[in-house]
Amino acid sequence: MTDIVSVKDLHYSYPDGHAAIRGVSFNLCEGDKVALVGPNGAGKSTLMLQLNGILEGRGEIEIGNMRLSRDNMPVIRAMVGLVFQNPDDQLFSPTVFEDVAFGPLHMGLPEAEVFTRVDSALEAVRMSSYRDRLSHHLSVGEKKRIAIATVLSMNPSILILDEPSAGLDPRARRTLINLLRDLPITILVSTHDMRLVQELFPRTIVMDEGMIVADGITKDILEDEKFLTEHGLEKP
Amino acid sequence: MHSDAFDRYHHGHSPIHSLDPRVKVLVTIAFILSNALLPDGAWIAFALAWVFILVTNGASGLGIGFTLRRSFIAFPFALAAITVLFSIPGDPLFTFRMMMANFTITDAGLLRFVSIVIRSWLSVQMAILLVAVTEFPKVVHALRHLRVPAVLTVIISFLYRYLFVLADEVMRLLRAREARSAHAAGKGGGGSVLWRARVTGNMAGQLFLRSYERSDRVYNAMLSRGYKGELMTIHAHHFHASDWLLGFISLVCIIIMQVAGRVP
Repeated sequence: MTDIVSVKDLHYSYPDGHAAIRGVSFNLCEGDKVALVGPNGAGKSTLMLQLNGILEGRGEIEIGNMRLSRDNMPVIRAMVGLVFQNPDDQLFSPTVFEDVAFGPLHMGLPEAEVFTRVDSALEAVRMSSYRDRLSHHLSVGEKKRIAIATVLSMNPSILILDEPSAGLDPRARRTLINLLRDLPITILVSTHDMRLVQELFPRTIVMDEGMIVADGITKDILEDEKFLTEHGLEKP
Repeated sequence: MHSDAFDRYHHGHSPIHSLDPRVKVLVTIAFILSNALLPDGAWIAFALAWVFILVTNGASGLGIGFTLRRSFIAFPFALAAITVLFSIPGDPLFTFRMMMANFTITDAGLLRFVSIVIRSWLSVQMAILLVAVTEFPKVVHALRHLRVPAVLTVIISFLYRYLFVLADEVMRLLRAREARSAHAAGKGGGGSVLWRARVTGNMAGQLFLRSYERSDRVYNAMLSRGYKGELMTIHAHHFHASDWLLGFISLVCIIIMQVAGRVP
């Protein structure tokens, strides 16, 4: 398997001097489905924002054998699909169609291609009938699925989701889990939902205080109750 | 809970609903401009304009009196023109004394005032009809394709999208305040006016901070999807024969109003 993401000794401090990421290294192979867990403030979201260059820290990030730099940022942003925690932040256009078309349009694709991409992305999240709906009329579960479609339409190689199951009712959560399981791409998910981790992800990365404290097989990590409690987590 | 208080679109399948949004926006702007340009006291032209509104109302399937019922919100704004009653020279009709000054209403002033009220009342009705028969995103889209500067249309579409989110946010803040505005048994509550003002001020500040932080997250979401400083749209609208025809008929009607208003 080839590495699709490789991060070496990444550091990041916020403008106020607070160090959020303190020497993080890991890699993702093509097709990996990996959970990123850790207590609030561990640096998970900060790490995710660096993987497509929204935040720029010290260290080395390679996406698909390209080193992340200002020159190839547009290409890398198309490869790394980032889905934000709050779908109201992700869905900023008035209609569902415009939001899903936003990525492909800004990649400079021809219109016919944009239309097919929108249709297949909505199809992938089973929301085809919502194409012309207004975003603010959707439920949270529907918004989350559309938010994923807005990124899928860019045909990313890696999908990165921040807290995808937060605030969902059991049925919407189940739909989301099935959706993530069936997507045939590399997925990195930050979450507090340990049952989701157990069910969906063979590999887990645990972060605490800006560092990776464990990276391995989910089953082994979830069995070590003492370790989980030490890092503000719970056995499912 | 969602607030839908700002949505003015009424779903329907009338010929007016299915008209190209660009035609609707253009005719609305032409109609409002025409009203503004009509001379004072052009009663026949005003009447024709109203008939035009009634007919479009009827054709839209929303009922002939649809815009009339919703138009009265505009009256307080028309009152801003009240000074013309006194400031235009002409034959005095009525004089009264208030706050140690004499006010005289002249016939020319009255004519100007009534004309201004009628003009704004007609224009407001047309705008009400436009947003009732066109989904708002399409109005913005039409503006974009009519070469309105992108900065304006982008601001309008973000405003439209986040007005609802902000209204929800305000509702949550108000509810949180209400939930904690309890009275101890047998005692009055509420605190002094100053204290209440401070709470309200804090809430406004909270709202600003939350919106500010949200704007940051939204911008990040846009960057993640390839935004490079210029918003792109798709040209999804196509003119049909009926669009040309109805647009043309409407413009002819507007020209007739202008002629009727200017012939002595």
